[in-house]
Amino acid sequence: MELLTRRYRTAEKITGPLLFVERAANISIGETVRIVLPEGEERNGQVIEVSDEHAVIQVLEETTGMGVRSTEIYFTGSVVKANLSPGMLGRRFDGTGKPVDGLPPVFPERRMGITGYPINPVVRGEPSDFIQTGISAIDGLNTLVRGQKLPIFSASGLPAKEIAGQILRQAKVVGEGEKFAIVFAAIGITHREASFFIEEFERGATLHLSVIFLNLAEDPAIERLLTPRFALTTAEYLAFEHGFHVLVILTDMTNYCEALREVATAREEVPGRRGYPGYMYTDLATLYERAGRIKGVGGSVTQIPILTMPDDDITHPIPDLTGYITEGQIVLSRELHRKGVSPPIDILPSLSRLMNSGIGDGKTREDHRELADQLYAFYAQGKDLRRVASIVGEEGLTESDRIQLKFADDFEKGYLNQGDTPRNIMETLDYGWDLLQRFPKDRFTRVRPDIMERYYGRTIKP
Amino acid sequence: MYHLVFVGVRRLLGEIIRIEGDDATIQVYEETSGLKLGDEVIDRGEPLCAELGPGLLSSIFDGVQRPLSEIARDSGGFIPPGVMIPALDRSKRWRFIPSIRPGEVVGEGDVIGTIRETHCITHRVMVPLGVRGAIKDIAEGEIRVDDPIATLEGGINIKPLQKWPVRRPRPFKRKITSETPFITGQRIIDTLFPVAEGGSVIIPGGFGTGKTVLEQTLAKFARTDIIIYIGCGERGNEIAEVLSYFPKLTDPYTGHPLMDRTTLIVNTSNMPVAAREASIYTGITIGEYYRDMGYNVAILADSISRWGEAMREISGRLEELPGEEGFPMYLASRLATFYERSGMIECTGNGDRKGTITLCTAISPPGGDFSEPVTQCALRVTSAMWALDTNLARRRHFPAIHWGKSFSLYRLDDWFKKNVADDWPQLRKWLMNLLQKEEELQDIVQLVGPDTLRDQDRVVVEMGFLIRENYLQQSPYSPVDAFCSMEKQYGMLKIFFNFHETALKELAGGRSINEIFTTERKIILKDLKNMPVEKFPEVIEEIQVRIQK
Repeated sequence: MELLTRRYRTAEKITGPLLFVERAANISIGETVRIVLPEGEERNGQVIEVSDEHAVIQVLEETTGMGVRSTEIYFTGSVVKANLSPGMLGRRFDGTGKPVDGLPPVFPERRMGITGYPINPVVRGEPSDFIQTGISAIDGLNTLVRGQKLPIFSASGLPAKEIAGQILRQAKVVGEGEKFAIVFAAIGITHREASFFIEEFERGATLHLSVIFLNLAEDPAIERLLTPRFALTTAEYLAFEHGFHVLVILTDMTNYCEALREVATAREEVPGRRGYPGYMYTDLATLYERAGRIKGVGGSVTQIPILTMPDDDITHPIPDLTGYITEGQIVLSRELHRKGVSPPIDILPSLSRLMNSGIGDGKTREDHRELADQLYAFYAQGKDLRRVASIVGEEGLTESDRIQLKFADDFEKGYLNQGDTPRNIMETLDYGWDLLQRFPKDRFTRVRPDIMERYYGRTIKP
Repeated sequence: MYHLVFVGVRRLLGEIIRIEGDDATIQVYEETSGLKLGDEVIDRGEPLCAELGPGLLSSIFDGVQRPLSEIARDSGGFIPPGVMIPALDRSKRWRFIPSIRPGEVVGEGDVIGTIRETHCITHRVMVPLGVRGAIKDIAEGEIRVDDPIATLEGGINIKPLQKWPVRRPRPFKRKITSETPFITGQRIIDTLFPVAEGGSVIIPGGFGTGKTVLEQTLAKFARTDIIIYIGCGERGNEIAEVLSYFPKLTDPYTGHPLMDRTTLIVNTSNMPVAAREASIYTGITIGEYYRDMGYNVAILADSISRWGEAMREISGRLEELPGEEGFPMYLASRLATFYERSGMIECTGNGDRKGTITLCTAISPPGGDFSEPVTQCALRVTSAMWALDTNLARRRHFPAIHWGKSFSLYRLDDWFKKNVADDWPQLRKWLMNLLQKEEELQDIVQLVGPDTLRDQDRVVVEMGFLIRENYLQQSPYSPVDAFCSMEKQYGMLKIFFNFHETALKELAGGRSINEIFTTERKIILKDLKNMPVEKFPEVIEEIQVRIQK
């Protein structure tokens, strides 16, 4: 590879993270570049545009201190690749795949381009294995399955990382004895948040099963565009070449999108909504779509991206485009958090699109779907009544409305507010029936008669 | 312009989308990383064409009509750039039965014979457009798609395989207005917002409102001959779900596997954006080809917004002057041309063939806000909208089609009167009015509770609730209720209507609301939808009696 390296000293312009090189010939898109400053300091970059006159390089680190004529640019002739090996488990890397745990570099078993290729939809395996997270709001109402991408929509000050930590600690699949790994990508998060996760891995004794990529808040913003790609390439490699069931945590995707916007602005592209580039949907899709299963191959990639909704706004382009690509979302609520409900998952806007294929007879229990629908319906009605009650007072309500209102409260205080105690799926389902027994049978609109017969009146064992 | 080219050493597929003096701009349908200046570009001398012929049905293609199953066989789990496999299998043998004899003169669009493509669809082999002459020779029996099956005087060969440039609508004799509804088996659609065969409808909705599930439900249950499902920039796992259970489904009309009359075009969101732009054209061209044989075709596209965004991305790269929200200025005209490819037509060629294309297109407006450009442009050229509502979806009211915001401009009452019941239009009107009235009253109920309403109004609120829960809602996963025949729809609606009359009568007779809307009656009404279709005509009377008691 080194033989193909060509050196140029023709940098002509630097704007933000971009470097323009003149008269560079035989350059290909995506090629990696080494940039050497006069003092001998080295930086990395990637070619993102070539034309007759110049090549545009996206510098992955700070451009501070770079001069135009004094900088040497080495084109390496190869695209960005990740060194991959099962020896990565238990290791810690920076946002571009270099070890930061003081140990020597990974001896690569494979080298793969980090952009990846799309999985052929024809050979995608249908995600259908139920993952028990121990959290009722997820297991009972928005079930996660293997191969799914289910983001957590958080907002500043809400405990998204605690929930992700809980999932990491508790996640179980019915039918044990399979290889399991975690790939964790920190994208522009603070040191404190990153150490929270690492402690979490230590607590759950999963550190030796984890591959950690760290791009922290003080690290170069542009590197954030590569970090999730390194993480996902590693995940795909572990899943589809070594048969691991990989859980990928990407946090925080909002920082990724900010970096994307920064580059787009520097390239003077036509901006889309709120200054984010028009291709953000496609770009995010090339990350999120790297989850799934392949028929005939053992492993799977399950993604839990975390993002912060700016100003709690779910219609902001970042959560909006994410929601259009991922298979549902878990939305956290400030209101529930203030009430002390933990985890504060707002079930009404939350959704798991792959729930149906992971639940039911033989997977969880036959009543799961209908029970979930009924809980949703009653809770939605109960929440509506709160508004009425705040105007006319509880005394102004009919008896059946008061039951409904009480249900919404108990649902939040009990079913959702489980704290750190995990519940298995049967406990979660029975808890649901327990809450529902206050309603007379004729109020049920979503449950078929035979299911009512078998489950109505079930309670949680004391 | 619009010629296909191969680019670079890996021979990536591309299309010329702009020519300026000596410069041509090429849109490449694959990942371009690794391309160099000075790489070779080969002009194939023809525009992007769809291959048309037997073998389209039950196939799965990407946006530029590459067969995905064959790619998987050659390349495994991932799609590498530079794969080139023809859309139709050249080696497969078909049985051709000619329907004309040597000596007969044929013109474009004439049917010269048939091939049984699948159990339920007979492929009519047509003379390619622009060809005319007397038949000199015609084959019979086993043939392959690329074999000449007929020769004209003058030496022109006709093959089952034809090509047609996807961006050009296929011609027809004339357009006609259809008065037959496109029956979907979904109560809220067929009863309140039916669309004509050959019509077009948009289905806008924010994420999680059930667009994809609705499109899939339509694919399963809509009454039509051919289904073209275009997954345009959507999720891979959902496509996997479609691919895994579509082949297991049987068509409720013919009893054969559903895939026998279905073609899937799939370009997931992470597949190249240029191929996504092409996928809509590829899909509708295949649809037009079957329409020209005289079939009713339904095109289900999910979603048009992703198509619009693909245009926006490409336009942005071309540095064209942007219009509203960065979309290109020609967004409206491209959408209009696309939607105008729907309709009922008299087919080119012999015989009295009529074919239709019905377009059901999902739209994903950013933030669920319908005022954005794609929804608005599409709305101008379609005559119906099934608006999906986030609030309904959040309370798991599915299909989340909002009765207040949706509309259909198709006038189909005559068909319903003739084929369902004389009083159908009245029942429909009654339902519409009731729902409208209930919505107004709900505003008050939300504010001060139901007790303050007059008793007549409480009847409306109670009826509205019962109808919303037990008529408008329909679960696509329920074995009995997923599909509801017109006969059953009529039966259910009639029961609700009569019950409303009864309730008003009883109210006038001095009964209280709780005495009218009793638990027993509510349970009867709730169980209606889970009653098998076959039972329906007989039990209507019996249910009426039970309710009266």
